[in-house]
Amino acid sequence: MIREHVKPAIVSFLLLTFITGILYPLTVTGIAQVLFRERANGSLIYRNGNPVGSLLIGQHFGDPKYLWGRISSTSPVRFNAASSSGSNLGPSNSVLVDTVKARIEALKAADPDNTSPIPVDLVTSSASGLDPHISLAAAYYQIPRVARLRGLSQDILKSMVRKHSDNRFLGLLGEPVVNVLKVNLDLDSYKIEYNTEI
Amino acid sequence: MNWNNVIQGFIFLAAVILLAKPLGTYMARIYEGKPAGLNVLLGPVERWIYRLSGIYPETGMSWKGYAVAMMLFNGIGIAVVYTLQRLQAYLPLNPMSMPGVSPDLAFNTAISFATNTNWQSYGGETTLSYLTQMVGLTMQNFVSAASGMAVLVALIRGFIQKKAETIGNFWVDLVRSTLYILIPLSMILAIFLVSQGVVQTFKPYEKVTLLQPVMDGNGAVVQGQVLALGPAASQVAIKQLGTNGGGFFNVNSAHPFENPTPVANFLEVVAIILIPAALCYTFGYMVRDKRQGWALLAVMLIIFIPCLWSCISFEQQGNPLFSSLGIDQKASAFQPGGNMEGKEARFGIVNSAIWAVTTTAASNGSVNSMHDSYMPLGGLIPMWLMQLGEVIFGGVGSGLYGLIAFAIIAVFIAGLMIGRTPEYLGKKIEAYEMKMASLMILILPALVLAGTAVAVILPQAKASIFNPGPHGFSEVLYAFSSAANNNGSAFGGLSANTPFYNIALGLAMFFARYWLAIPILAVAGSLSRKKIVPVSQGTLPTHTPLFIIFLAMVVLIVGALTFFPALVLGPIVEHFMLHHS
Repeated sequence: MIREHVKPAIVSFLLLTFITGILYPLTVTGIAQVLFRERANGSLIYRNGNPVGSLLIGQHFGDPKYLWGRISSTSPVRFNAASSSGSNLGPSNSVLVDTVKARIEALKAADPDNTSPIPVDLVTSSASGLDPHISLAAAYYQIPRVARLRGLSQDILKSMVRKHSDNRFLGLLGEPVVNVLKVNLDLDSYKIEYNTEI
Repeated sequence: MNWNNVIQGFIFLAAVILLAKPLGTYMARIYEGKPAGLNVLLGPVERWIYRLSGIYPETGMSWKGYAVAMMLFNGIGIAVVYTLQRLQAYLPLNPMSMPGVSPDLAFNTAISFATNTNWQSYGGETTLSYLTQMVGLTMQNFVSAASGMAVLVALIRGFIQKKAETIGNFWVDLVRSTLYILIPLSMILAIFLVSQGVVQTFKPYEKVTLLQPVMDGNGAVVQGQVLALGPAASQVAIKQLGTNGGGFFNVNSAHPFENPTPVANFLEVVAIILIPAALCYTFGYMVRDKRQGWALLAVMLIIFIPCLWSCISFEQQGNPLFSSLGIDQKASAFQPGGNMEGKEARFGIVNSAIWAVTTTAASNGSVNSMHDSYMPLGGLIPMWLMQLGEVIFGGVGSGLYGLIAFAIIAVFIAGLMIGRTPEYLGKKIEAYEMKMASLMILILPALVLAGTAVAVILPQAKASIFNPGPHGFSEVLYAFSSAANNNGSAFGGLSANTPFYNIALGLAMFFARYWLAIPILAVAGSLSRKKIVPVSQGTLPTHTPLFIIFLAMVVLIVGALTFFPALVLGPIVEHFMLHHS
């Protein structure tokens, strides 16, 4: 009974490998590269012709002059986009509480006057370690600090945050978020304009 | 529970239920060999495969022949995926010069993909070459799903046929599932995903300059960021549609390059249970009583919806340890709030919890948030859904044949109660069918509980545990629940890439898949040989609300009683410790 199935098994395996393992991904790649070239290649952002990041991948910001993103637990560096990873800390793990406390202290040290409650996504690790976004609340929480350190008005910062935020799709799907890298790129170019005015 | 959570949950369920009928009808027509739209295009390809392979599509197989064909095909798959991983360093399409994979990891990954589990002991972007991902894994994503669908179709024939010695032709069921169902759907989904930002390229990883340099662990300054790329969209599409779940990247569908936007997330999470839900309709269509299909879908939803609701609620409540730290965990127009540890901002609470419940109800196992960081009871739900035997949607094909096995058990119990010979869909259920169906509710729990017990005794297995206390036990219990039900999701803190776990979980996946599929084929063979008993006054109707609730109770009681003691030791005790410390 086995022998009669050997040839069909081997040949159909090879043919299906060709169709699903080679032809299918190549076809999708071909269509993707024609229709959505930038997105298929990683949604890169360029400044002066050099790639400075991806719209979809977060970067680490610890300088108080920048908007901060989620905590990243990748190694050996944070936001390592070649080795994605979450923290995997359980809810009752004391390391989780320590990590959160350390982040709160860093936020308070950078902005001692801010007494509002801290939005939870700003003190917790993302799933991928590469989250490019924070919630609107987490962005608004940081506006007084960044505005003060950059010498900008809070209104300018608010409109900048709004410009780089996404609402729910059709007002229904997902959560409203702010793209941290886009705001920070904007902040840097703003700084240049600001300085030249002086 | 806020309105946002209710609305997003509702849209998701509505989409799945609305799509079940058209797709279910299409699949039934494919399996019955009727014209279904794509035959003009794909018919010649189908016949070409048969001709070259020496397949005679009109020739039926006995259940044993069917099982042998399936095992041979799956065996070749395991061998080829193993070899590809071991030799990837010498093969083309390896732009990042990945070295060969270690024997135990290659063994685990090969079984993982052939059995439609897709447990991720490997790290995607850090372990596998583009060639291994495409030719090895993407291919297995298709055919392991198609194998599950084939077994289901063979079982359905058992109910339709009268006094027949054969249960269909494995090659035909395999090829048709792949060619007419999985490839067209994947092609459409993949293109949509690229439009949202899922990468699909053969370029090597991209290097970009960071805006603010970072320090690594040794204090050295790092100026750049390396972005892992690859032909991801084509694999992500079939990993969802085929209830496979193995990520192109390590963090699976939490990775912004696998799941970049809420739209991509919606399409992917619907894709996870689309085929398992639609197959219920296919079943009803093929047995010529659509009510039977709706009844099984209703059983699934009766268990699924409360799980969905509870998981969202537990996660939305947030972590009590944070409440004294001045952290805002309340949902508002500006933030999702809740337990955001291990979740992505764009998905928030509701889309993470919908995904977690869906991916474990269906035996998909892809994740868009880290289940290890869920609240104790929030994480209990995904774990328990797997322990129910992956019959609430379950794997494509395998979920429904599992639920049909439960239906056989249910009519048997009902038969004992009313003192009549049990029947299901006009076929008498006798000792042979019962023995085979019982194997299912015995083998899976035995694999889960025995595996967990061994792992918490052996020191080298205990060393893999990441989180302390009862949560550490949950990590091990989750791993064996996942592998021995062919799910593939994980409490990712557990360092599973060790010889012990690679081999133990590899064996669990293998036995869970085939010790179930083969008895089901035996049932198909036995049922095919029987005549159809006409409906009489004494027939127990199996489409009524009474039977739907009865069957749901059988599934729940078996699952709850078997695993309650183990769950108490893990998530339940952790919950009480967290709230009363």
